[in-house]
Amino acid sequence: MNNEKLAMLTEKAKLVRKGIIESTHAAGCGHPGGSLSIADIVTYLYFAEMNIDEKNPKMENRDRFVLSKGHAAPALYSVLANRGFFPLEDLKTLRKTGSYLQGHPDMKGTPGVDMSTGSLGLGISGACGMALAGKLSGNSYRVYCAVGDGESEEGQVWEAAMFAAHYKLDNLTVFLDLNGLQIDGKITDVINPTPHDEKFAAFGWNVITIDGHNFAEIEDAVNAAKACKGKPTAIIAKTTKGKGVSFMENQVGWHGKAPNDEQYATAMAELD
Amino acid sequence: MAEKIATREAYGNALVEFGNEYENLVVLDADLAEATKTCKFKAAHPDRFFDCGIAEGNMMGVAAGLAASGYIPFASSFAMFAAGRAFEQVRNMIGYPHLNVKIGATHAGLTVGEDGATHQCNEDIALMRTIPGMTIINPADAVEAKAAVKAAIEFKGPVYLRFGRFAVPTINSEDYTFELGRGVELCDGKDVSIVASGLTVHMALEAAELLKADGISARVINIHTIKPIDADILIKAAKETGAIVTAEEHSIIGGLGSAVAEVLSEKCPVPMRRIGVGDKFGKSGQVPDLLKEYGITAENIVAKAKEVIKIKK
Repeated sequence: MNNEKLAMLTEKAKLVRKGIIESTHAAGCGHPGGSLSIADIVTYLYFAEMNIDEKNPKMENRDRFVLSKGHAAPALYSVLANRGFFPLEDLKTLRKTGSYLQGHPDMKGTPGVDMSTGSLGLGISGACGMALAGKLSGNSYRVYCAVGDGESEEGQVWEAAMFAAHYKLDNLTVFLDLNGLQIDGKITDVINPTPHDEKFAAFGWNVITIDGHNFAEIEDAVNAAKACKGKPTAIIAKTTKGKGVSFMENQVGWHGKAPNDEQYATAMAELD
Repeated sequence: MAEKIATREAYGNALVEFGNEYENLVVLDADLAEATKTCKFKAAHPDRFFDCGIAEGNMMGVAAGLAASGYIPFASSFAMFAAGRAFEQVRNMIGYPHLNVKIGATHAGLTVGEDGATHQCNEDIALMRTIPGMTIINPADAVEAKAAVKAAIEFKGPVYLRFGRFAVPTINSEDYTFELGRGVELCDGKDVSIVASGLTVHMALEAAELLKADGISARVINIHTIKPIDADILIKAAKETGAIVTAEEHSIIGGLGSAVAEVLSEKCPVPMRRIGVGDKFGKSGQVPDLLKEYGITAENIVAKAKEVIKIKK
């Protein structure tokens, strides 16, 4: 990755993170931890990879993104707003009565949201359906999907994994956001879903493990996924929950809690 | 008696036929294609048939993704697994975004027979009725089943289609016109109205004949679309006949009887009796025996009609 692209992505990721803090602070609730852990991944997809048009969000041959870990909606909304799908100031309406920015993504109400998600384990199946539709129609679009590591405890994730491999959905790339934490604690303490790489490989997937905060590694993995024929790709992205805000990093307590005024000011200053 | 065909057979045939007409029609199944009769579509259109294996939750999500990308997926399984196992997937992935998915649920109700309680779904209509915007069709015979599939294809939005395993008499003629959301008055009467759906429609007709022999004039109404329900035909029946008996192959909690009671208790309360499965599970047995044991028969419709006429004002 050249320096110019890296600088652009670094700048955009900073704005995406600020949007996450801004929106959850305004809402007084929401999920900043898991939003910050996938901030770099969604920034890469929306600013460097996906064929999308903010003026035509339903463009037929657009690339699709399904946020299977729907509680990270603040990350999706922030990247969509920063990409021009809707006004940045609307991020402050997150979760409020009358807002089109629902607590979890709503494809009917929010421009750029490709699939309604939030109930864990379901989105990846929807992504499989979209990828299958692409194969059937002969469209060249690709489908990206973000699955949480805690979410991978849902059996349906593995039903979908079986399906995608069986139907050779090589137009599907799943990011497994391995931040290591879920609501009740460390994933390895709650109910250990690891090792994800061996599990996806056993299900017949092409598997790539990366640092989910390193843009060059994200780029290489996405390109490798595109080059891989006959298999879907799982990118196991090692991430830090709360990444970018020192007091949120690796803290279970920041899964589903909004920053207060003081914490907001500190977080925004750190992100500058 | 007319030719007997199971509505699931008609479903399989209709998919094949409309699959020719609609190139964006695709069919999903969960390892029950031989039983749901989607195997017919698989044979005719193998490139548009996808077996999802025994994973109904994933199947509903895949259907949602296909619908979100312009296809009309029919997702099939037994009612127990389509509406029961996958309830939450249907609610959140299909109902909430109002996606254009058609759920073809076969083997509904007691007429599954020998497989017993685990496979006899008497709760699917109740479950599906609570999902905002879900359309529910319960066809009475092969002719209506085919027409229902066509109507579901032409309607944009989620539809739950309920089919049976057991062969039932064909009561409608080939020129029958199906209107989504419109009940059908099969015969007029003035003393009582029998409101039926699916399997019980032919029983209601038989009951009307039996009542006639006893000098009682019974109206028979076929409610093929349980949601949205045809309130007008029900209110008219309540006003004109003053007594209602509902009959269904489903729990009387949350099904047709409940839906009719919801309308009439607010708009035109009249004495009413509900026939269907009570607050209990099914069991293994031969279909005629089971229907008799659970009271889903023409004879019971007659008895309940006489009972309700006695208390009418």
